[in-house]
Amino acid sequence: MVVKLADNIISPLGVTTKENYEAVKAGRTALCQHEGVPGIPIPFFASLIDESVLTVEGDYTKFERMCIQSVASAIQQCDIDVASERVLFIVSTTKANVSMLGRSGCDNDRVLPGVAARKIAEYFSNRQMPLVVSNACISGVCAQIEALRALELGLCDYAVVVGADVQSPFIVTGFQSLKAVSAEACRPFDRDRKGLNLGEAAATVVYGREATADNRWQMVCGAVRNDANHISGPSRTGEGSYLALRSVLQHIDASEVAFVSAHGTATLYNDEMESIAVERAGLIDTPVGSLKGYYGHTMGAAGVLETLLSMYAVDDHTVLGTRGFENLGVSHPISVCAENRVTNRNSFIKLISGFGGCNAAAAFRKGGAR
Amino acid sequence: MSLVKHYVRINQLVGSRSLTASGVRNYRVTIDGKTLVETAPADTLLTELYKTHVGDYSKFYKMDPLCRVGFMASELLLTAEDCRQKQWGESRGVVLFNATSSLADDRNYQATIDDSETAFPSPSLFVYTLPNVLTGEIAIRNHYYGETNFVVLPEFDSNTMSAIIEMTFCDKYLQSLVTGWVDCYDETNYNVLMFIVERDVTGHSTELSQEIKILTEK
Repeated sequence: MVVKLADNIISPLGVTTKENYEAVKAGRTALCQHEGVPGIPIPFFASLIDESVLTVEGDYTKFERMCIQSVASAIQQCDIDVASERVLFIVSTTKANVSMLGRSGCDNDRVLPGVAARKIAEYFSNRQMPLVVSNACISGVCAQIEALRALELGLCDYAVVVGADVQSPFIVTGFQSLKAVSAEACRPFDRDRKGLNLGEAAATVVYGREATADNRWQMVCGAVRNDANHISGPSRTGEGSYLALRSVLQHIDASEVAFVSAHGTATLYNDEMESIAVERAGLIDTPVGSLKGYYGHTMGAAGVLETLLSMYAVDDHTVLGTRGFENLGVSHPISVCAENRVTNRNSFIKLISGFGGCNAAAAFRKGGAR
Repeated sequence: MSLVKHYVRINQLVGSRSLTASGVRNYRVTIDGKTLVETAPADTLLTELYKTHVGDYSKFYKMDPLCRVGFMASELLLTAEDCRQKQWGESRGVVLFNATSSLADDRNYQATIDDSETAFPSPSLFVYTLPNVLTGEIAIRNHYYGETNFVVLPEFDSNTMSAIIEMTFCDKYLQSLVTGWVDCYDETNYNVLMFIVERDVTGHSTELSQEIKILTEK
């Protein structure tokens, strides 16, 4: 089976997963107002990483430094030779070094995500071909699904999955032009939600293959489905998310699921769509939460970051509260709560959806037995 | 018996015919090895193909350069397959690869925000600044509910592509996959090998890699 061997999260709330988990559990948020940022005339609410916390030196961009530091921190926790040809690097990102497009005199190749990924892998002396999963907002879950498959098929012995995105005028003005951003802290699933906030983070998970899970986290399964509906709007029937959940629920029983860690971006349509999908999948009584009120939408990092915090939450018998939520504002009565709740279950489902009509769900279980 | 069931190749001609007199790249289009377009300049090729072979999907004109070339390749490929009426549901997915991600549209969007004094960010350009919008466009057009994914590699590599294709079939619902390489540097510089594979690629990624290699060298 495929088990988690190590992890890390770098965000404005901390530089380890533990620091991040404790901050979120205490209800802290990294979201705040940003004004006068060059290239972004309209003020915006976001969670941005101060470069002073990044310790990697050399000719690396902010994106690459975040990834390298996160991977380095994770692999310190496990005894694997990351330079080995049996270690697969998978980078999850939507825009990587896109901000290089706006600068003159830069090394042009680095704007290509594959070239940036190679730079990151080569920092660790890994010469294998790195993969960049670029599947919009679901990249972080997709990348973990690719890791699971590569390990199950024996194509590698270890997979290092790192998700990250850096906010830039490119991304912020783009989301502003789509009228998808909220001018205040986002309110997932709330009736007064006004849109999403953007965020920066890097998150790493290292998976390996073991005969037994023992007391470790097991990645049980995952599925990716398309809505076949619209490139930038979710399906009104929650089709892709429902189908992804249905596939995952063939491998895990709803009664063992502590919660569904939803995408919960706090846009009108996303949260409504997820409530439909959760209801259709028969999970209406299962606690549902979103972590966007703490970090905003961290794009390529989101699927990894939210998976890791969910693992730490289950370890701590906790369903993390959905910051910003007050009154249910979706048409199906899903079980969302602003405050932390107690759970004694050992599994959870990560659900996520994105542009291009893509949706993913994955199930994780602590220990080997149900 | 080949693992690649049908394929479309759109690539620049080599040698003396590689450019038009005015310096535009010349392309050739082949389907299952048969020539559809012997030579055509990059700047008009895709709209001409669209008018001749599709014609009734005006969304094509809203698409960015990557989606135009990838969409057009998928139309030719799926017409060659001749199963367009079938209800595929979750049994078919779309997984594509390239090295340039959505660079062509990224540049076009960046141009709308370059000067922050006069910046007028274009939402219609911004939505295409993700390569997986192409896999979404193909799923929408053909009502595919299966897995869609986009993987960016440092460079073309048939071994890695074959491995990921085989990995995708770990999804037991999946029976066939529209897949391949769709690289688009800008409006006049692109390179496509798109093909269909079925579940029988499982366990044969070395052979599949060889087939892909041969097809790109044709």
